[in-house]
Amino acid sequence: MVEHIHSDGEEPCVTLDAFLEQSNATAVRLESDEDARALIPFLDRLKLIEVAFPKFRDGRGYSSARILREAGFTGELRAQGDVLVDQIAYMKRCGFDSFAPEKSLNPADVEAALTRWPEHYQTAADGAVPIWKLRHG
Amino acid sequence: MYKYDEYDHAMVAARVAEFSDQVKRRLAGEITEDQFKPLRLMNGLYLQLHAYMLRVAVPYGTLDSRQMRMLAHIARKYDRDYGHFTTRQNIQYNWIKLEDAPAILADLASVEMHAIQTSGNCIRNISSDQWAGAAADEITDPRPWAELLRQWSSFHPEFSYLPRKFKIAVIAAEEDRAAMRLHDIGIQIVEKDGAHGAAFYVGGGMGRTPMIAPLIKDFVPLDDLLSYTEACLRVYNRYGRRDNIYKARIKILIHELGADEYRRQVEEEFSHVKSLGIDPPKAEFDRIAAQFAMPPLDASAPDAIDRSDPDFAVWVDQNVAAHKVPGHAIVNISLKPVGGIPGDASSAQIDVMADLAERYSHDELRVTHAQNIVLPHVRKADLYAIWQALDAAGLATPNLDLISDIIACPGLDYCSLANARSIPVAQKIATRFSDLGRQKELGELKLKISGCINACGHHHAGHIGILGVDRKGTENYQLLLGGSGAEDVSLGTITGPGFDEDGIVDAIERVTDKYLAERSEGERFVDTFRRVGMAPFKEAIYG
Repeated sequence: MVEHIHSDGEEPCVTLDAFLEQSNATAVRLESDEDARALIPFLDRLKLIEVAFPKFRDGRGYSSARILREAGFTGELRAQGDVLVDQIAYMKRCGFDSFAPEKSLNPADVEAALTRWPEHYQTAADGAVPIWKLRHG
Repeated sequence: MYKYDEYDHAMVAARVAEFSDQVKRRLAGEITEDQFKPLRLMNGLYLQLHAYMLRVAVPYGTLDSRQMRMLAHIARKYDRDYGHFTTRQNIQYNWIKLEDAPAILADLASVEMHAIQTSGNCIRNISSDQWAGAAADEITDPRPWAELLRQWSSFHPEFSYLPRKFKIAVIAAEEDRAAMRLHDIGIQIVEKDGAHGAAFYVGGGMGRTPMIAPLIKDFVPLDDLLSYTEACLRVYNRYGRRDNIYKARIKILIHELGADEYRRQVEEEFSHVKSLGIDPPKAEFDRIAAQFAMPPLDASAPDAIDRSDPDFAVWVDQNVAAHKVPGHAIVNISLKPVGGIPGDASSAQIDVMADLAERYSHDELRVTHAQNIVLPHVRKADLYAIWQALDAAGLATPNLDLISDIIACPGLDYCSLANARSIPVAQKIATRFSDLGRQKELGELKLKISGCINACGHHHAGHIGILGVDRKGTENYQLLLGGSGAEDVSLGTITGPGFDEDGIVDAIERVTDKYLAERSEGERFVDTFRRVGMAPFKEAIYG
């Protein structure tokens, strides 16, 4: 999995409505109140899906990310917006592999956050083996 | 009871390290209070009127003597020598310094305890029947199910920024001692064709818009427990309202969608989620369940109780309940002495209860949602010795489920949300009705007081409920009658105009007098109220 802090300079994302109308774009932006499942028919031609976090308290993007990964999306899944260092470990577990925070993050804090958890209790979208499976082989 | 293995230890240790780092960054000014707030809340730390309050999780209300002593130690070392047991079966400390919080969490971790997800918009501590594993009427011990849910919900990456907090209760008896249907998800373990499964009631809650949870699924097999719960939560996380904090609980979503439409969406999500392999194998449930095995109780222990001490006999009749093993009993320790603060215990009292649990109750204690403590596995032959020790510590008040066994929130004495004080009202009512003969004459009467509409004191579910409000700058108390958090769940109805602090005590006395005049043989207060309705009570109160 790619783990990097996103830097600008690539094809801009189109909105979900624009994408559904023309759909030759390869990068789309999903707002927090938009249905990730609308993208499922098009996942194989998308390179990038950017999921908006307008406020860090708005947790809908976590479900959007999992739904996209569960549907087989293998391209870049980016969390954009009010993305804080204390959220990115959960975001990664939900399938995000890049982050475009509005306010830049301290790389050392990012590294600490992403390496803090030794294991995980539950299955998510990051392929981590849950603790119950480790217990029972 | 459940013992941590290496994985559980490592997870809690990681959380302590994470929070220590977050506190450090906050104290250094690297993160704002706005950014820090959800982080501290997910570690149980609230900023209250006078100080930080730390809420420590007691998963499904179960703890051992070592853990109980640690709670006393924390009260002594970091607080003002007492703690407050809560309606979520947790304990909270009211006078905590932010800089001490990491050390407290490390102390807790040393005895397999934590404050994880005791606040914040995440899945909170799973609550359960305080008599689980001991109750004569349960079909199985609900706690292995609760522990499975505890682990699944801990640090859940998708459900840590929900629209609002999320509370789950699990019971396994027909008698509901956990207010199950007033939770976001209430689970009742039921039996079908010789197998146990979970009935899911979703969308209950108190607060400013109280609702009784509708039945969403009558039987979820153990193999689907986590995936079904995950589906319930995912629908909520995606579609629960985020535009208005007061409409953000799952009860509002289900109320607006209707139970049938919510069920349809959950079933659709479940059919997908079930394919993801998120349910552990039966072996994991069995591993957990084995740790909740009944302790080695001697079924040939003598059944007789020497009732020659009359004060002891009164306590036995009121505070001791039937155990599933002959010769044994469940002891309910009231934290409601007349004139005391409901749910408070001093560190010395906490130590006494820990000692008694270690000596007489196979090292187990429970916290109840009614803010009392339980010794679940006691030999009847030891009851007298236990009672003497409790009595010496001021813990032998024989008032379980009587009018002075009051649930009360901390209210305006501590809480930054409160509009009115709860504690002085509780104290005045308990004092007015302090005569035990009078209390016993009134029988089972669950009185619950909240100091604001957030309803932490469960006033909607009280046979008699009191809601403190602010009316033009003065504290005013509304009276509700006819609620219940038990298997006969119902929401109380407001009697009419509110009262001042002394007026509410007088009003309650008029209500109880009316009950005594109206009741038929064998009726509890709430039964009489349901039979005769509000009118006679209203007449008695307002004339």
